[in-house]
Amino acid sequence: MDKQLNGAQIVLQSLQDHGVEHIFGYPGGAVLPIYDEIFQQESIEHILVRHEQGATHAAEGYARSTGKCGVVLVTSGPGATNAVTGLTDALMDSIPMVCITGQVPTHLIGGDAFQEADTVGITRPCTKHNYLVKDVNDLARIMHEAFQVATTGRPGPVVVDIPKDIQFALGPYMKPKAVKHKSYQPQIKGDMAAIKQAVALIANAKKPVFYTGGGIINSGPQASQLLREFVKLTGFPITSTLMGLGSYPSADKQWLGMLGMHGTYEANLAMHDCDVMINIGARFDDRITGTLDKFSPNSKKIHVDIDPSSINKNVMVDVAIVGDCAHVLEDMLRVYKSDAVTPDKKALASWWSEIEGWRDRKCLAYKKDEKAIKPQYAVERLYELTKGPDTFITTEVGQHQMWAAQYYRFEDPNRWMTSGGLGTMGYGIPAAVGVQVAHPKSLVIDIAGEASVQMTMQELSTAVQYRLPIKIFILNNEYMGMVRQWQELLHGGRYSSSYSEALPDFVKLAEAYGATGIRAHTPGELDDAIKRMVDTPGPVIFDCVVTKDENCYPMIPSGAAHNEMLLADSEGLDIEVSDAGKALV
Amino acid sequence: MSAENQIERHTLSILVDNEAGVLARVIGLFSGRGYNIDSLTVAEVDDQEHMSRITIVTVGTPPIIEQIKAQLGRLVPVHRVVDLTVECESVERELALIKVTGKGDARVEALRMSEAFRARVVDATPDSFVFEITGNTEKIDAFIGLMKPLGLREVSRTGAAAISRGPEAM
Ligand SMILES: Cc1ncc(C[n+]2csc(CCOP(=O)(O)OP(=O)(O)O)c2C)c(N)n1
Ligand SMILES: [Mg+2]
Repeated sequence: MDKQLNGAQIVLQSLQDHGVEHIFGYPGGAVLPIYDEIFQQESIEHILVRHEQGATHAAEGYARSTGKCGVVLVTSGPGATNAVTGLTDALMDSIPMVCITGQVPTHLIGGDAFQEADTVGITRPCTKHNYLVKDVNDLARIMHEAFQVATTGRPGPVVVDIPKDIQFALGPYMKPKAVKHKSYQPQIKGDMAAIKQAVALIANAKKPVFYTGGGIINSGPQASQLLREFVKLTGFPITSTLMGLGSYPSADKQWLGMLGMHGTYEANLAMHDCDVMINIGARFDDRITGTLDKFSPNSKKIHVDIDPSSINKNVMVDVAIVGDCAHVLEDMLRVYKSDAVTPDKKALASWWSEIEGWRDRKCLAYKKDEKAIKPQYAVERLYELTKGPDTFITTEVGQHQMWAAQYYRFEDPNRWMTSGGLGTMGYGIPAAVGVQVAHPKSLVIDIAGEASVQMTMQELSTAVQYRLPIKIFILNNEYMGMVRQWQELLHGGRYSSSYSEALPDFVKLAEAYGATGIRAHTPGELDDAIKRMVDTPGPVIFDCVVTKDENCYPMIPSGAAHNEMLLADSEGLDIEVSDAGKALV
Repeated sequence: MSAENQIERHTLSILVDNEAGVLARVIGLFSGRGYNIDSLTVAEVDDQEHMSRITIVTVGTPPIIEQIKAQLGRLVPVHRVVDLTVECESVERELALIKVTGKGDARVEALRMSEAFRARVVDATPDSFVFEITGNTEKIDAFIGLMKPLGLREVSRTGAAAISRGPEAM
């Protein structure tokens, strides 16, 4: 007979059996039995956050920097509703997460009890799957299923809502491998016929481009390795989405930089003009494609994605391969080698010379300033002074995020944590907390904006409590810069509510939390200040005072095509954005 | 108009675990992503395995129908999604209860029509009938159309249930 445990013990036992070492959470009445079990064991460390949203983003940072599942524990009602932003964020960016929520006792459900919320109802559209546990006999199975669903296929968040009486009730425990899901079976191996078709297209390509995304990162380090091998073997250019940065080394000469709304000139033009597009683990998001009817009009498109619903969702493709990136890449490579494919050297050479022409445009160049710190310069210096395989970058959302993506460079996967799909301001500090928990000795930097950072600033207190030496590097332009930029370009320069008025003194704020505050005003003092930040053993807020009115370029304005992008030196030109374009986000 | 933009009507059969919330997941998917539901029926069809069968009649362009099927397939408790409109020959039936009131000629005409449509009278009073009619959606639409001038009072329809022809099961 199976061992009998109470519900709270079943939760802890299953976490242990899934190799969980850290959970991020916040207590409350409906999860007290689970907190009591946490108190009485040592293998799992609980990190107490300051707000449940922080727990979810910390779990995301933890997951994305390790490839493991992030685990969250929150109470019923407000605990669960506060977690909704992070769950949605994890769903959009395909981050594996198990979020355990307390619930009022089963006999009170539906009666508007104190701190009751319809958690499964609220989180149904923002999770990959969710469960309300009504019988303790189902709890072990549900916990195991939750981990399986969260971490396999296209990863995502799973909520397990556990009423308080179930946490006390006695029930059986069985090990994870005893559980097999009846209907959930993601497809891992790609269809060989489609893979052969893809290789045939690749073999005959004259102007090819690899377009890769977060799926490579999610698939694991092996996918990055295989991608590198394939790209080298073909000699093709490669670009990546925001979510895929690091899967291919940015130092390599085949790397074109990021693509999309704020991507490089060469990456976007290569996408527009290519004849074969090889999409691996990206989803034709609107930040990437711009206007769909003008998107890469003359290319044959190959799409590798583990989620069948991503295929032909936004863009119709010619060859669709459903499967895990690493598995599909392995098969593609094998077919490519056994077919002894030789790329069309001549065509490739002329394609590359076209690309070099675009590169020469130096789209990321900006006007240097002697007296004031340009935000781009700040990120460049930060990169020079902190780069290395042991540095992890998180971001908030806004211009600083795009500058970080453009000017910080990544050689390896899992070093870059950003909120891509949802674009959640307030992601960066808690994500950095999660990354630092997983990598206590590494340098973890949140490249932040002064507005975003105030959304979850309280997690600095978490960092102080657990001695997590995160560095919050604020590009302080006193504006919600990205909003200001859109207002400048699209709304006649009417800066409605986008000025960050009444800003705190970030240095004093850091000190109030028991952290260190550092400020830099001029380019001359920047390097030393960054070095001081890196050398400080504890958490730091770095208030980097930058020029206020900088715009983030290149930019594909809404409604425009890849080959209609705005560059920094086209500034001042009148851009024409159609009304239809203005209506887009 | 290209075939890609042509609005089509498809009948989907979805086999799901009969667990709490499964219908909400399916309906939430349609409302959340802006898809249409023309009709929806659901009931448990296997009490050993606790499986339910949902029949959804939906309309959309071919790419949207493909999206709907892929999105449904992604739901964890969904075992299978079959597009009965394209994957096989199928039969589709719907049941409706239709109340008609009136006296005199209209009443006689309503009864005569009901016979022509093989509807059954399941309730009658001196000035009302309740007809039960089964058939495909078009037949029921036609019958309701005929009843309108004859004193149609109210209609209750089950929505379509459908199954493939021949020996194969889904
Ligand atoms: C939670 C949330 N609310 C609102 C927005 C809309 N938004 C996008 S960028 C931005 C401004 C961010 O300002 P800041 O953090 O200072 O970054 P900057 O653009 O100045 O670098 C806003 C308000 C958002 N992305 N997330
Ligand atoms: Mg700002």
